[in-house]
Amino acid sequence: MIFLEKNIADPLLNLAPLVILFPLLGLAINLLLGRRLGEKGAGVVASLASGSSFVISLLLTLSLQAHPQAFTLPLFQWISIGSLSVSWDMRVDTLSTTMMLVVSGVGTLIHVYAIGYMYNDVHHQGDVGRYRRFFVFFNLFIAAMMLLVSANNYLVLFVGWEGVGLCSYLLIGFWFEKGKDGIGNARAAQKAFVVNRIGDFGLLIALFMMFWWFGSLEFERVFNAARSLAPAQQGVLLAMTLFMLMGVAGKSAQLPLYVWLPDAMAGPTPVSALIHAATMVTAGVYLIARSQPLFALAPAAQGVICWVGALTALLAATIAVGQMDIKKVLAYSTISQLGFMVAAVGMGAITAGMFHLITHAFFKALLFLAAGSVIMGMEGANTVAHHHAGNPEEEIDPQDMRNMGGLQKRMPLTYGVYLVGALALAGIAPLAGFFSKDEILVSLWDYSLPIFLLLLLTSFLTAFYMGRQVLMVFAGKARSQAAQQASESPKVITIPLLILAVLSLLGGLINLPGVATLEKWLEHTVAMPEAGHFSPAIALSSTLLALLGLALAWVLYGYRSLAKLQQSDPLANYLGVIFHAVQNQWWIDSLYQRVFVIPYRYISHEVLAQWFDQETIDTMAHDLGRWNQWFARVLSYLQNGFVRTYGLVVLLGVVVMLAFLATR
Amino acid sequence: MNLSDYYAITPLVFLVCWAIFLLLVDLWIPAGRKGITALLSAAGLLIALVLVLRSGEQVLTAFEGSVVVDGFSVFLSVLFLVSALAGIALAHDYLQRLGLERGEYYPLLLISTSGMMLMTYAYDLIEVFLALELLSIPLYILAGFSRLNLESEEASLKYFLLGAFSSGFVLYGVGLVFAATGYTDFPGIAKAAQNGSLNPTLFLIGAGLVLTGFGFKSALVPFHMWSPDVYQGAPSPVTAFMSVGAKAAGFAALLRVFVVVFPGMSVNLTPLLWALAALTMFVGNIVALVQSNIKRLLAYSSIAHSGYLLMAFVPYGNASVRSDAIAGMLFYLAAYCLTTFGAWAVVIALEKAEGKGLELEDYAGLGHRYPFLAATMTIFLLSFTGVPLTLGFWGKFYLFSTAVEGGFWQLALIGLLTSLISAYYYLRVVVIMYMRPGTPQVQRNFWPLLTSGVGALAVVILGIAPGVLLNLAVSALLKGL
Repeated sequence: MIFLEKNIADPLLNLAPLVILFPLLGLAINLLLGRRLGEKGAGVVASLASGSSFVISLLLTLSLQAHPQAFTLPLFQWISIGSLSVSWDMRVDTLSTTMMLVVSGVGTLIHVYAIGYMYNDVHHQGDVGRYRRFFVFFNLFIAAMMLLVSANNYLVLFVGWEGVGLCSYLLIGFWFEKGKDGIGNARAAQKAFVVNRIGDFGLLIALFMMFWWFGSLEFERVFNAARSLAPAQQGVLLAMTLFMLMGVAGKSAQLPLYVWLPDAMAGPTPVSALIHAATMVTAGVYLIARSQPLFALAPAAQGVICWVGALTALLAATIAVGQMDIKKVLAYSTISQLGFMVAAVGMGAITAGMFHLITHAFFKALLFLAAGSVIMGMEGANTVAHHHAGNPEEEIDPQDMRNMGGLQKRMPLTYGVYLVGALALAGIAPLAGFFSKDEILVSLWDYSLPIFLLLLLTSFLTAFYMGRQVLMVFAGKARSQAAQQASESPKVITIPLLILAVLSLLGGLINLPGVATLEKWLEHTVAMPEAGHFSPAIALSSTLLALLGLALAWVLYGYRSLAKLQQSDPLANYLGVIFHAVQNQWWIDSLYQRVFVIPYRYISHEVLAQWFDQETIDTMAHDLGRWNQWFARVLSYLQNGFVRTYGLVVLLGVVVMLAFLATR
Repeated sequence: MNLSDYYAITPLVFLVCWAIFLLLVDLWIPAGRKGITALLSAAGLLIALVLVLRSGEQVLTAFEGSVVVDGFSVFLSVLFLVSALAGIALAHDYLQRLGLERGEYYPLLLISTSGMMLMTYAYDLIEVFLALELLSIPLYILAGFSRLNLESEEASLKYFLLGAFSSGFVLYGVGLVFAATGYTDFPGIAKAAQNGSLNPTLFLIGAGLVLTGFGFKSALVPFHMWSPDVYQGAPSPVTAFMSVGAKAAGFAALLRVFVVVFPGMSVNLTPLLWALAALTMFVGNIVALVQSNIKRLLAYSSIAHSGYLLMAFVPYGNASVRSDAIAGMLFYLAAYCLTTFGAWAVVIALEKAEGKGLELEDYAGLGHRYPFLAATMTIFLLSFTGVPLTLGFWGKFYLFSTAVEGGFWQLALIGLLTSLISAYYYLRVVVIMYMRPGTPQVQRNFWPLLTSGVGALAVVILGIAPGVLLNLAVSALLKGL
């Protein structure tokens, strides 16, 4: 059960606002003084701000260990209109501190990495001035995410929720003038924002319903009110939770709103890492975990969420198999893994979902940052080749895996950590991903067999596409000059990679079967059904499937190494049309384009803007104006300058008036 | 009649004496140094201002009840004195520039002001008529102050002829009211009206005729026809003073007489007021659309504003709305005063001899060359339009809401639609100032610039915090009326 006890907790808990204030302080320093700090200075300030936030989160966690009850720190009364009263409180409990640790911990590592990566990026893209801006946005991102996870009511949570949406927009479109046709990145940012807004719309409706039915937006009150309302108004709860699911689908990239996440790769690589690992996409999972008491009252909604998660996981995994862009593969893998988490928290296995969220944060951050390191190596070599050898070949896409190969020798460290991340993601024991994925599968085994099988299949595909990626990038021979000349990245990049690699190796320790540290920790906050017990059979079968996936990848991509540039994918020979389909994301994007985007644009541009506004409304307005002017000219004929006319008008006026009065 | 009677009208007595004194003193002030007369008359106005404010909270009655000095009179007297001060501030450099520098301007202004003040003190129809003439005759002279300018002469003559015409109506109306009731003092008439011991038809026709005269002063359609010609022909400072002072005096008389004397007649008079208000708003705003001369434009705009003011007065017979309506009108008059003088200050800065520099086209490029003037003019025009965050918005807001409260939402709707139309001609000036290239020529004299600066500041600050002014208007009503 959940307890709300104030003022008996550790005074350390009063430090909670600092987790938001530190990133904001870093942001302010960079914004106001960034020019004087110089390039490295801006990055260091931002990293320190995020790091301090992590330290505070750690302190909060430690003090919670003594009093694990939820602690609420009231800050100020925010809105008070009629019966609605929203106060700006911070909530410190085991769930929120867990999220804080992940967000600030992984976030800080990405900050440090970005010091090196963005230095190269801004020079490569030719606008050094944006270095500072990048870190301003980064700190804002952390602050918004912290706000989201530390909220004590849904409205403050929503502020953070919108905040991360805004930050993702700013960062995905960081090089807004670049990309396809000079507008590609801006489009990607816009797409992310619009799709997220669709989800936010659902969440907002859920909030309105809460206010309407429960009269409050505060977590505890909502849950208590829901419990008393549930038997009578099952439909209300179902609608509310499903609207909330819409928000989750937007933010955590689930069917049918996942389409923004692959495009979000337009942002610089640290952004991808931040969005995919530590912040943003985890918000949806967190929302479900936080609202667990609500979902528990609406079992039908839980089933829907579970199915959405599972189908997303499978769909994204199939698409990942056919991608050629190193970051796109990872993007679809994120969607797929989010499907795992959503399925888990959807059915109520909060620990399993949160556990996977944490381990995924480790290895997905690792994979993205390592991929960034690969891209940097490729880009650097690409530029060098370009400069020295005249123009030996056209500039190649440094993210296309077909141009890579053989990087194992050129970038050994990156290779090593990438392998760790890939194996963790594939779910090979004893890496982090194995334990968390296994726990999800075990929970699902008891819940629903079809979903279990779907996710088992997904695990197999996951192993396969990660094996394919590692082999295409690092094994065999170099398939381009850039890949031949790529060089290892500097320490500021590799050290965060190493730390993340260690975390990916050992992350499973936080919730080992039998010990269940995380579960006991979260139980203080979230009431949940007893988690499934570790089952050797399931563990064995999932591991075997993963190994099978890796082996298949090796047969296809490792055994006979890809020799030529642009050689068709070996898988295409076996799958034919299906491979073509997955390569094109099952045409879902084009479907959305045809069904929603193009008709919408048509209606807004041709019908509303052209016909309705410019033709109908404007014509009316113009005619009205012309009519008035004509009328004015007629009236001013009377104003002829002769006093006799004026006198006559006065007289007539008086006569009419008097006639009126005399006849009363 | 004793000394305490004179105590009540001290400011008035002082002002008139000061004006006569200045007329004499001016003889010894050499041409080219008439600034001294201006300063002296401004000092007189300031002293009168102090004397007006001296009475404080008390309500003074004098001359056997034919003079009443209450909050209403104090509020409006302050307004008139401030207007006269602005009229002087705008005039001195202007007169010098146009070669009209003669000392009589200032005493005439003072005498007209004393007429306006008397209008607010008057509690007897004869006295109202006296005040009307006292304020009008100096204005007839001032309108023709630019003696060698034919347009000015023409304006003066037209104003005088039509003014005399309408004075005749007022006087005849007073006569009929006296014939119907046997009284000319307000309490007497009111009592007779209450007892029913009167001839209703004569009484009503008398009221209608009195209304005609006040409507003439306030430029209500169809008694407005003099105003565009006179506003255009008269020297600009006179126009500014006239468009605020004479209008406010007309409304002061209307308020006092109708509220005190004719409340029982509202059933019959309200439809008339309704029609006048609607017609005034409509004609003023529509005809302004096609004006190309800024003085004529402001003249029609001033007619339109009379319409808005009258609109709030339509439900005057409804006791529950009446005080709101009057407070709203006082507020609006103050807002109108600030905005109008500011706008005329800008017009004066651009005006050149022989009526040049008054076309709208002459304002092209002002925004780039003289950003301060253009910005203040924009503020005034926005305030005239009634855009939020300006004083004009609140003014219209109070007027419209009293009209709606009084049950005349159709009238409020007409007001709303016509002020929508007004946005066109007001904003057109803004567009010309900022978006057309041009090289306007501006005389930057201190006093007009100060007037427009203070006006703009007041319009914005009071627009953000209108409560101060509204409280003044409301508390003016609590003392009397």
